[in-house]
Amino acid sequence: MKRFSWFNATALTLGFTFLYLPMVILVIYSFNESKLVTVWAGFSIKWYGELLQNEAFLNAAWVTIKVAIFSSTLATVLGTMAAYVLVRANRFKGRTLFSGMIYAPLVMPEVITGLSMLLLFIGIGLDRGVLTIVLAHTTFAMCYVSVVVSSRLVSFDRSLEEAALDLGCSPWQAFRLVTLPIIAPAVISGWLLAFTLSLDDLVIASFTAGPSATTLPIKIFSAVRLGVSPEINALSTIMIAIVTVGVISASLISKQASLKQQRDEQAAARG
Amino acid sequence: MAQETVFEPWNDHNESPLIQFKNVTKRFGDFIAIDDLTQDIYAKEFFALLGPSGCGKTTMMRMLGGFETPTSGTIKIAGQDMNNVPPNKRAVNMMFQSYALFPHLSIYENIAFGLRRADMAKGAIDARVTEMLKLTRLEKFAQRKPHQISGGQRQRVALARSLAKAPKLLLLDEPLGALDKKLRQDTQFELMDIQEKTGTTFVIVTHDQEEAMTVASRVAVMDEGRIIQVATPDAIYEAPNSTYVADFIGDVNLIKGQGELRTSNAPVQEVEPEQTTEIIIDDTPRPQPNKFGEWIHDKRLSPIIGERIEPIKQLPPPSAQELSTAPASASTPEGGIALNWSTEHPAIIVSNGDEAQDGKTLTFAIRPEKLNISRTKPDAPNALQGTVIDIAYLGNVSTYHVELTGGQMVKAQMANSRRLARRDITWEDNVWVSFTDTAGVLLER
Repeated sequence: MKRFSWFNATALTLGFTFLYLPMVILVIYSFNESKLVTVWAGFSIKWYGELLQNEAFLNAAWVTIKVAIFSSTLATVLGTMAAYVLVRANRFKGRTLFSGMIYAPLVMPEVITGLSMLLLFIGIGLDRGVLTIVLAHTTFAMCYVSVVVSSRLVSFDRSLEEAALDLGCSPWQAFRLVTLPIIAPAVISGWLLAFTLSLDDLVIASFTAGPSATTLPIKIFSAVRLGVSPEINALSTIMIAIVTVGVISASLISKQASLKQQRDEQAAARG
Repeated sequence: MAQETVFEPWNDHNESPLIQFKNVTKRFGDFIAIDDLTQDIYAKEFFALLGPSGCGKTTMMRMLGGFETPTSGTIKIAGQDMNNVPPNKRAVNMMFQSYALFPHLSIYENIAFGLRRADMAKGAIDARVTEMLKLTRLEKFAQRKPHQISGGQRQRVALARSLAKAPKLLLLDEPLGALDKKLRQDTQFELMDIQEKTGTTFVIVTHDQEEAMTVASRVAVMDEGRIIQVATPDAIYEAPNSTYVADFIGDVNLIKGQGELRTSNAPVQEVEPEQTTEIIIDDTPRPQPNKFGEWIHDKRLSPIIGERIEPIKQLPPPSAQELSTAPASASTPEGGIALNWSTEHPAIIVSNGDEAQDGKTLTFAIRPEKLNISRTKPDAPNALQGTVIDIAYLGNVSTYHVELTGGQMVKAQMANSRRLARRDITWEDNVWVSFTDTAGVLLER
């Protein structure tokens, strides 16, 4: 196979430029000395320092992290449960409908999800704040978790659970002692995915956030409307870093698990 | 052979069965997996469920394990109705076809898994696991993970894990399916050995008839959710109750014909078959006279004490083996059934045929190894003429495909007891296929 050709190289460069040029510019300008975003005046990390002094941004960051942790944890629990039932349960009426419905929010416009959430919270008289954002984020993130976990459960040998039951486990013990440890890599990558999704979200958060709680994306968005400052660039760079780390570690965890298994199997084959 | 050591609880009316299936039916939607099945299985049995895939054998086993519940009927284990007892509350353990070893636990922890659920003291668990590791010769692998050991070792871990809780009943679902032939044979004997040592009742599901015959005390041949025949391996092989069983177990020649009560027009012979076996030879050493003693007796003592009686010179009675291999004499015992099956051949004489089979359409089943093949007409109750079509040399035996006059194909199997033996019979040869009057069985269905 030919590895390098001018066509391949051009296609690759064009594609990645298209994808990453805006972000690269943002990251570069976050280290700009000048207050003017578009004028390069030398390297500096002063905007990162300034960011640490900005009370409003720090509060928003704290809210965002709290929301991300709570909602991704809740989404992981609910999403794993949903995946487990949909993959494991015997055929019941409307099972196909249910499994289709769990994927629907993935393609639902976020504006609609946000709006319906807002209407619900107003309807039941829930004050908008951290709690409402957590609930809203849980709702859409659990779909992603359940997709990740159910794809693992499909290939899970059911006789392992039966063996656990056979050896005296209650169904819950069988899940806790056998199923969960084996599907743990999928559950963890589901959690990381939910975490980064919650960190990123602007649309749903802006519908469900109240004056008492603002997340970082909302803060950035409203700040940008008053003009882009290097501070925003610095903040965005940090967020890009966190999300990148999250996504990469999610894929590494699942990859490592399969690699480890492969290595062990080869070792076993050698004797 | 001492009679009292024969293990046959199914013939003992005082014995109560460990497992009772009573009119059990299991449906999956429209599909009937088990059809009104009634069967007893006794303690310490090694019971094999044998049948093609889809015959319901696995369903039967999964119902014993508690993974399926019968649609109707009851299953009792040790007298207790098990219909509403979940798998984790049964004194039954199962060895899964895929072994189902927990990949995240070491071999030691896999075996200890069931014991830890049973609130056992730590020391007791350790002792039991060590015992199991020893039984299955896995001591060296205790700390390894399941994917770090070979297939045969995994199979032994699965066995050790299912035996660790000392279940009343162990279920084995195609336990040796994943092993290669040589390892499978070794493991079969290992299984029998362990079954004997632990005294556990084993129920094994298999589609491999050789495996079932090797390990089981009784074999149940299943088809379409029913048990067709339950018997010891030799009875299943030598006395199948239907052509299905005869055909499923091993190789068989089937000849269809019309049964007819044998008339006693054959010359009645005074046969005393029991006589030979009743002669009791006193072979304790006794002093015999030497040459000088004989001379003294004959010349001097005989007028006084009478003629010397020579000890009876007699061959020992034929051993059981000799009896079975002795060529049947022309004097075929009367009675039984003659099977008219072809206009070109004499009727097949089946002296063990039931008189009630007179006039019925019957199938004569005979195993290939019970057919003898020769170039000249042998002195046997049944001899049929034909042509050798094909010879399959299998090393230990050769199988001859013989087309009898009229077109019926039969297979005859001859042991290659001598190297390059039986070269005298070859393709296209005209041969006689012969067999004794008791070598086969007549089947009505």
